[in-house]
Amino acid sequence: MAVDKNMNVLIVDDYQTMLRIIKNLLKQLGFNNVDEATNGQLALESLKKKKYGLVISDWNMEPMTGLELLKTVRASNDEFKAVPFIMITAESKTENVVAAKQAGVNNYIVKPFNAETLKTKISSVLGDIG
Amino acid sequence: MAETSNAYKRDQVVQIISSVINKVGASETISRDLLYRELRDLHQIIEDARREIGLSRPGEIKHKHIPSATDELDAVVAATAEATGTIMDCCEAIENAAAGLEGEQAKSITDATMKIFEACSFQDITGQRITKVVKTLKDIDAKVDSLLSLLGADKFSAEDESASTGPQDDSALLNGPQLPGAGISQADIDKLLAEFD
Repeated sequence: MAVDKNMNVLIVDDYQTMLRIIKNLLKQLGFNNVDEATNGQLALESLKKKKYGLVISDWNMEPMTGLELLKTVRASNDEFKAVPFIMITAESKTENVVAAKQAGVNNYIVKPFNAETLKTKISSVLGDIG
Repeated sequence: MAETSNAYKRDQVVQIISSVINKVGASETISRDLLYRELRDLHQIIEDARREIGLSRPGEIKHKHIPSATDELDAVVAATAEATGTIMDCCEAIENAAAGLEGEQAKSITDATMKIFEACSFQDITGQRITKVVKTLKDIDAKVDSLLSLLGADKFSAEDESASTGPQDDSALLNGPQLPGAGISQADIDKLLAEFD
């Protein structure tokens, strides 16, 4: 089934630079409906207000980290409980990846990354995005 | 050499304390003079150690070096963030200007701007690394702080101020880039130079 590129995508990162990079890369991949949040708490509020087809989140943020956001999402009884979730982070230790996987992450990208990696990982989560 | 001397003094302290404990434990009729001499030696070693720590100007580390290093690193993060923002503004402008193009021309511009966006992620990584360094410096600062309060902070601060006059020759002029607001502007420099005419 073709991926609906009009879906809403939520990107979460406390660095404005990173938000802009991911937003622009997504735009070039054909995703134009992209919202931003600068920490897990704000992302959770956005998830409660709007339906998202994908969440792309950094790990290291305050007051709520990306892992805490992921755990909260997966533990909720809300509609967004099963939203596809990709972690993009500089945390590259095995235990980080394991913890994210155990918390229910769909894929994991280590910074710095390129557009091809982002495209491949989104395709592996949502299906071929072309 | 200093390492050997410090190790020697540490051994000496342990020996004196052991000696005092043994003597007190072994006899109820211990000589007050003997005890006094040993405690006086101990006092002298501790005073020597305090003086040596004072000579290394620990207050300068806390009040000057660490705040200066963290400010410089914060300035690096701010400057690279600003530059990265400008680069991305330009990329977006190029993309908007190229929106009307088609075919190979459009593709090559999109590929190039995508590579620039990818490369801009250096700012996030360096920012995180610098944040880790700043945290380490703050941990060192806290440890120096507790050492200073243990050994008498006021004394060392006063000693540092009187001792840290810094270099007096031309090397005193080598301070590197100034933090935002710390230096003077080009306009001020022009004005200053004009005063010499």
